[in-house]
Amino acid sequence: MKTIETSRLTDLAQALSAAGYRVVAPVAEGGVVRLREWTKGLEIALEAVPVNSMKDFLFPRSEVVARFALQEEGGFTPATNERSTPKTVVLGARPCDAAALPALDAVFNWDYRDGAYNARREAVTIMSLACAKADEHCFCTSVGGAPDGIAGADAILRPADGGKRLVFEPLTEKGRALIPAAAGTLAEGTAATQTPVAPPRRFDPEAVGRWLAANFDSPFWKEASLACLGCGACAYACPVCHCFDLQDESDRRECRRLRNWDSCGFGLFTLHASGHNPRPDQSARWRQRVTHKFSIYPQRFKTLACTGCGRCSRLCQAGMAIAETCQRIEALGR
Amino acid sequence: MNDDLYKPFLMSIETARDEAPDVRTFRLRFAQEGDRAQFFQRYRVGMFGLYGVPGEGESTFCVASPPTRTDHIECTFRKVGRVTQALQDLEVGQSLTFRGPYGNHFPIDSWKGRDLLFIAGGIALPPMRSVIWNILDRRAEFGKVAVVYGARTTADLVYKHELAEWAARPDMTLVTTVDPGGQTPDWKGKVGFVPAVLKELAPSAKNCVAVLCGPPIMIKLTLPVLAALGFAPKDIYTTLENRMKCGVGKCGRCNVGSVYVCKDGPVFTLDELSRLPAGDM
Repeated sequence: MKTIETSRLTDLAQALSAAGYRVVAPVAEGGVVRLREWTKGLEIALEAVPVNSMKDFLFPRSEVVARFALQEEGGFTPATNERSTPKTVVLGARPCDAAALPALDAVFNWDYRDGAYNARREAVTIMSLACAKADEHCFCTSVGGAPDGIAGADAILRPADGGKRLVFEPLTEKGRALIPAAAGTLAEGTAATQTPVAPPRRFDPEAVGRWLAANFDSPFWKEASLACLGCGACAYACPVCHCFDLQDESDRRECRRLRNWDSCGFGLFTLHASGHNPRPDQSARWRQRVTHKFSIYPQRFKTLACTGCGRCSRLCQAGMAIAETCQRIEALGR
Repeated sequence: MNDDLYKPFLMSIETARDEAPDVRTFRLRFAQEGDRAQFFQRYRVGMFGLYGVPGEGESTFCVASPPTRTDHIECTFRKVGRVTQALQDLEVGQSLTFRGPYGNHFPIDSWKGRDLLFIAGGIALPPMRSVIWNILDRRAEFGKVAVVYGARTTADLVYKHELAEWAARPDMTLVTTVDPGGQTPDWKGKVGFVPAVLKELAPSAKNCVAVLCGPPIMIKLTLPVLAALGFAPKDIYTTLENRMKCGVGKCGRCNVGSVYVCKDGPVFTLDELSRLPAGDM
């Protein structure tokens, strides 16, 4: 078995970087742990779940999807738009991050294939880190995941020997390709992997989905959404949320058509030009958020649009928690 | 297949026509023959597109011309926001961007041999006009064709030149109406709301398909009239216009219940719509 001393993770990052990978890793900055592009000198922080999800690197928060050269006398001509898809390894993604990939793959390919997403997806290798602990927001076990789940991952690091070492287990061809790239930082050895600590199972997503499909007009939503400020932080932090806006941005010479993250929590999201809004208040928007994740998505794509990472409730300033909402829904359905 | 989903076709404006206050029609030509061929290979009547002005963005509306006219496309739209304002500011010879065709279509091949009743209100004639011309271009394949079209005022009626042409055709019936008070002294059509005019016309539901599009209040009051005439929900079609950005089932904003309007729609039967949550439309 391949192992690495936990203290040598930055050496691994350095080796992968030298092998031509862009390395993305959790780094502590300004009091939070954030997944970001790793550069020499940065320490890798494994303790906390990063505040942002891995989707940043597959589906960036803002990307140019088309360019136009603007002419001085008015008018435009289409311009070429180069894609940038560096070969990337995400070192220390959480299993709940990697588990989002099948859900994202589904929506970006269910009919029309989204080239920009697919190019990045093909260029990325996911090296997950199994979780040694869970906090009160974690609920992966309620949505089919596990703290050492391998869905979506190309390789997984499992904590061993009381955290001193990590066992490296490749899961795909991409994962195996990391071994030569790691250039000796992964050593042959033995280590006793720890049993991961799983968060308690809090609800049954199928029961939640059944209630959602049958209770669209329930008064539950009014009360359940009262605290929501519509800030959209939950959607931005979510590894699966993929709703986006297309907006033009231009200077005198060029127009860039941008795809930007968006959120169903925003009032403008569905506002028609006529002034009519099918989701006129926060209760309709919170219902959409929960329904999309636990009813629409499973109906369409045979997978939930939630991996139980808990980022949304960790971030929510108003104390909204989707796991709690699901628990209440399951109780309503009984 | 091109996977650069948001890279639009380049179109040039061949003609522009003012239809009604704030409503214009453009005839558009594809700058590239390959784009034109690709478009018409996929285009079926009822599909929609995204029309854009670089710097302002894109706006979603129907293709108002039928797939039987393959050298151009037409679009008719009202100026209601920033993008439609920018589109209307364009002049003949200038360019705009276009993506499409997207969505499902009216299953007109399954309507062969049946009578067809079109009911439209105001700016909702354009999505139906492409269907009507498609049918008229294949006239022999269908039964009787009737069009009931209403607007608030005579000025608000769109395609006035074509309404005259349809009125003169012996192989179809056209009934136009304006809301009470919306008529001019020389108005020859009816005065009254669409549901009332339809009730008076009382078309037979036997072997007939109804296509209905208009403002929500018109739809709401017309459906009971159609039901009373004996139209079954599976024989009543409409087209939804939800806010969209991508048009290809990804951006997530056109859901009505579990339906993606851009993919499963925009064309639905009343039967299909009745299974969707009304509170989400």
